[in-house]
Amino acid sequence: MSDLRMVVCCKQVLDPEAPPTSFKIDSSMKMTLPSDIKPVIGQYDEFALEAALRVRDAIGGSITVLSLGNNFVRDVIKKSLAVGSDDLILLEDAAFEDSDSWSTAYALSKAIGKLEGFDVIFCGRQSSDWDAGQVGFGLAELLGLPIVTLARKVEAVDGKLRVEQVIPDGYQVVEVPTPAVVTVTSELGNLRYPVLKGIMAAAKKQPTIWKPADLGLEAGEVGAPGRKLALDRLYQPFKEAKCEIVDGETGAEAGANLALKLREAKVI
Amino acid sequence: MDENKGVLVYGEIVDGKLSSTTCELLGCGRRLAEQLGTGLACVVAGTGAEGAVEGVCSRGAGTAYVGSASDGIEALLAVAVAAVEAARPSIVLVPHAGFGRELGPRLAFRLGSAAATDCIDVKVDADSGRVILTKPVYGGNALADFAADTTPLVATVRPKAMSPEEPVAGTTCETVALSVETPAPAAKVLDRVEEKVEGIKLEDAATVVSGGRGTGGPDPFNTILKELAEVLHGAVGASRPPCDNGWAPESMHIGLTGKIVAPDLYIAVAISGASQHMAGCSGSKTMVAINKDEEANIFREATYGVVGRFEEVVPAFTAKLKELLAD
Repeated sequence: MSDLRMVVCCKQVLDPEAPPTSFKIDSSMKMTLPSDIKPVIGQYDEFALEAALRVRDAIGGSITVLSLGNNFVRDVIKKSLAVGSDDLILLEDAAFEDSDSWSTAYALSKAIGKLEGFDVIFCGRQSSDWDAGQVGFGLAELLGLPIVTLARKVEAVDGKLRVEQVIPDGYQVVEVPTPAVVTVTSELGNLRYPVLKGIMAAAKKQPTIWKPADLGLEAGEVGAPGRKLALDRLYQPFKEAKCEIVDGETGAEAGANLALKLREAKVI
Repeated sequence: MDENKGVLVYGEIVDGKLSSTTCELLGCGRRLAEQLGTGLACVVAGTGAEGAVEGVCSRGAGTAYVGSASDGIEALLAVAVAAVEAARPSIVLVPHAGFGRELGPRLAFRLGSAAATDCIDVKVDADSGRVILTKPVYGGNALADFAADTTPLVATVRPKAMSPEEPVAGTTCETVALSVETPAPAAKVLDRVEEKVEGIKLEDAATVVSGGRGTGGPDPFNTILKELAEVLHGAVGASRPPCDNGWAPESMHIGLTGKIVAPDLYIAVAISGASQHMAGCSGSKTMVAINKDEEANIFREATYGVVGRFEEVVPAFTAKLKELLAD
């Protein structure tokens, strides 16, 4: 198997590692409020990038990154190039805004159809904003491809992919022919740090930009109008913080007091 | 397709019987069907399907569809499509666990319809009559209510989000056999490696002691935390960072992409309380937090807490508990 052509789907999202207190919603607008939470490439998308990079380290090939959205922060999304991907294609347009899993997968499938062939599509197991975990499945169904999920290890062996798939209490080894979709989970391991050479090369590269018309898509098929799932409400549940802090002169004393408190409250 | 009515539950069979999540979905499905004025059906397939029919019928399903199929996802998905064609439901409920997380979305895409995953509530809006699906988003920092006009709407439902339906003895229902042809799946399982966890299952434990990033390494999971869990006859869990770092096995991972637990007592040790973790344990009846950082988010979630170093707090806590429980 030479020259494995890999596609990695990435999404720019608000940093999911930001402290919960900095996260605010405007319920009336059904959107997040501007804050100092920085945009990043989604957590699981980074694992997907790492999966592709490891396969290329082992047997060679090309990595094309595909991302759908609008107003991409170039430095953020170009990290995918800085870590070593070869090309970046942005489906960037206001028309793509407010997509759901359906309109996202549909547009991505059209974009993939425009590429000169591919062998593997890597996706993160779910996005770090809507946590739907559906786009990988959507691509598999729309493109008629086999899919292996929750990959913690991916290798190319004898013309096929060998994937270690996470199962409850362990993993199983799955072999699948290409072309195929693979979704990646955190057990695969963190995305490598970009090295200076990669960062400089990425700075010089310009992403390819595709609009709905480039994909043969009508306005009604993409973004919000293309949704099959309607967002009715977006809100933060009210949480009444009422933690009773148990004290002590020392940590040990506090620990003993905690046991007494739980006994008093009939918790134990 | 306006003539689609009815609620269809895709049942999950674990150890030869209906999973507890399926029983929860049957309860949810029965309530939905009542509110929508329609019927409830359930489809089961794979190993143990025939034997699960009684459990389905005794929990309020009017029709049980039994798919003669192997256990692979492609076969189960083909059965799901056949069941939808036979039952013509307006909503399909699938457990958000095991194969369900894959079957739900793939079924929706295959049928050209919509799915919402990891739903914690499914209800009928009194005004519009539409089914509203509620699910956590932004890693659990917010909730979203979704609705759809396409049919059938597919919802994968989080385990333990609903209460299970108790069986009523002596009820029968119509049983329909579905025979589907599935092409041989492209993916082949070559090997399976299961790390059997000894002791009580995390999801079933009445008490869970969990360690977070602040534990700093694998030792506490084998010593301090294990001893505390033993005294309380509970199980040991972990947030994601210890698992990602290899300090604890992935089977201990509690969180949005790990196990969902709802024990009577959840003790979070050196856990910051990030939303992704809270998604896995927020159903706990009583939460206790031990963390050296008084600003940690966990103190906004817990009922009782100690601000201090777990190495000092937990051994003394364990010793006192041992004393009290010996009475």
